[in-house]
This record gives sequence, C-alpha cells and structure tokens, in this order.
Amino acid sequence: MQTRMQVVAILAAVGLLLLVLELVRRRRLMERYALLWMFSATVILALAVWKDALDQLAQLMGIFSAPNALFFIAVGFILLLLLHFSAAMSRLSDQSKVLAQHQAILEQRVRELEGGGPPAAADAPRREQPERTYAHR
Amino acid sequence: MPHRYPHLKCLAVVPAYNEQASITHVIEAIHTHAPAFDVLVVDDGSTDLTRPRAEATGARILRLPYNLGIGGAVQAGFAFALEHGYDRMVQVDGDGQHDAHEIHRLMATMAEDGAPDVVCGSRFLTADHRYPAPVSRRTGIHIFAFILSRIMRQRVSDPTSGFRLYNARAIALFARDYPHDYPEVEAVLMVHHHRLRMVEVPVRMFLRNGGVSSIGSGKSAYYMVKVLLALFVGLARRRPVPEPGGAAPVAAEQGI
Repeated sequence: MQTRMQVVAILAAVGLLLLVLELVRRRRLMERYALLWMFSATVILALAVWKDALDQLAQLMGIFSAPNALFFIAVGFILLLLLHFSAAMSRLSDQSKVLAQHQAILEQRVRELEGGGPPAAADAPRREQPERTYAHR
Repeated sequence: MPHRYPHLKCLAVVPAYNEQASITHVIEAIHTHAPAFDVLVVDDGSTDLTRPRAEATGARILRLPYNLGIGGAVQAGFAFALEHGYDRMVQVDGDGQHDAHEIHRLMATMAEDGAPDVVCGSRFLTADHRYPAPVSRRTGIHIFAFILSRIMRQRVSDPTSGFRLYNARAIALFARDYPHDYPEVEAVLMVHHHRLRMVEVPVRMFLRNGGVSSIGSGKSAYYMVKVLLALFVGLARRRPVPEPGGAAPVAAEQGI
C-alpha cells in the first residue's frame, strides 16, 4: 500500500515536472514562473523517492502517516504558488494602470497636435442630439 | 468675481465615470468661477454620453482606455499636471458634489503663510455640519478622521473629501504613487509620511446631481475594511522618509 502510494506520488511529481519543462520549451510559460513550480515538484519528488526523509519529516511535524505529510507539504506549495500569482497579478494590474494613463496622456497630446492647439475640441464630432438636462437651463 | 493667479499654471482635474447628467454643468461652473484653471476631464471609460458632452464644452479630455477606478483616474490627472508643468492642481469630482465657487478659497489658503502643500475642502468644518449622507457613511468618515488625527497629531475632519488643491510638490508625489481603489484616506497618510503639510478649509458640498456614486451602500463595509487595512499596512510600510526641507530624521524631543 505504502509502496503503491509512493509510486503514484513519484509519477505525479515527474509528470508535473515534465509538463512544466515542456511548457517552458514551447515558450508558453516564462522561466520566472516556472521556477517555483519546478522547485515544488522537485521537493515532492525527492520526498516521495527518499522515504526515510519523509518519515522523519512527518515525525518532526507530528503527523502520524507519512503520505499525509507529503500531502501537507504539497498543499503548502500550492498556497505559496497562489500567493505568488496574486503578487504577480497585483504587479500586472499596476503596470497596466500606468500604461493606460500614459496612453491616455499621449493620445490627448496627439489629438491636440492634430487639432491645432488646445483645446482641440472644436472639431469634436457631434455624436449626439443635444439632450435636455438641467445643465442646459 | 473670478480670480486670476498670474504667475501660476493651474489645472482642474475632473474625474468622471458615467456622469452625463452633471458633467457639462461641472465644467461650465469651473470655467465661470475659476477661469484661471485649465480644465482636464479624465473620462474613466464611461459608456454613456459623458465624453461627447465634455468634448462639447471645449475642455481637454484624457480618455482612459478602460475603467481604472477613481484612484487611477485621478493619478492620470496628476501625471498630466506633472508632465505639463502645472503649479496647482485641484480635483473637482464629475458628479457635481464640489462647488467651483470654493476653488478660490482653497487657493487663498494655499497662498497663506505656512504654505501648505495640500488644501482639503472639508464638509465638517462649516457652521451647519449636517452633511446629507447616510449614517453608515458618516460613521466611517469619522472613524478614519479619528485615526488619522491621532497619527498626524493634527485635526483631520474630512479625510474622504476629494475636493483638494495640490501644489507642485504634492503633484510630483502623487503622480509617482497614488492609492488605488478608494484613494483619499490613504493619500492623507502619504501626505503625512512624505512630510508635506495639509490643511483643511470648510466648504459646502452638494448632493450628487446624478449618476451613481462609486461607493454604494452595500460596499460601505468593504470600503471600511479595505481602507483600514490600507491605513495600518501603510503605517508599517513607509518609515517616514527624510525629504528635502523636512524635519531631521533624528532630533531631540522638543520642549522639556
């Protein structure tokens, strides 16, 4: 039973490792993000192969069954990865914010240059029938 | 009586997200009451007639390609002001809450001695301080006001007011770094950490003319928690930076 569990864990870890490598090879995954995945897979693989270490680790953590310890560690890595993604996402949204702002400023400048001096709204297309609002009173 | 400030380049930034009912009125009020100010509308990805109506007034417009939220929109205004070398920038919300009449009062305060970097219009300093807002919102404002007053050791009565006038130093700071979702409260903390001076002046604010506030009643609780988190994380984040003209990083306790 234990051995079978070990085999499954090894296969899963190797499969994950290969998948990550393949994605990097096809440039679908940047090395930056692949490293943490590969590190996780390697640690899990090492613990699955080297059973003594896992047993000792389980004992250290006060977990009775070694597979549970493996599970626990894997969940830990998943949390770490998710956090990593949240951080990456925060950075991306910050970058896209700055990009949008600068794009808007440049676009305004282009309109102004093309329209011949500020403010360049004289030739603004009338896209609407002037509606009656309180503002026109 | 419109005022002129001959030596200053002044910009009024009007962040607007779906404010077709009020935008024309807001811009025209600035043109009338504060003609020294160039008007820059930041269209935060509106889907209604905000943009054509703003264009029709002849104001400058920044068209954000998608909705960034109030923080991102106002920061675009700061970036514009910095790039074009403005000395003063005032934020006037597109929903018509802020009274363009009062811009001169903010300018006058900034010109006074002590030369504050940020002048903030406060709803709660006027004689009749019955600002018509739901109790939940007012409670939140007062909690932030209490915390910030303790941190800054100066009375802050209305930290959520967006009706603020900034000088060039504050413009440079906020063009670099401005908070995201509900920026006003955190911005006060940044002012403090960067050793800028902020003062408040009493202003009257109107109820919104139309459109929907960025803070619905259901979001109030989320808003509270988010801003409190930002405040306390912000406290831990920036060790007060010594900046040119600021106080010494280490100084003897004043007074005995």
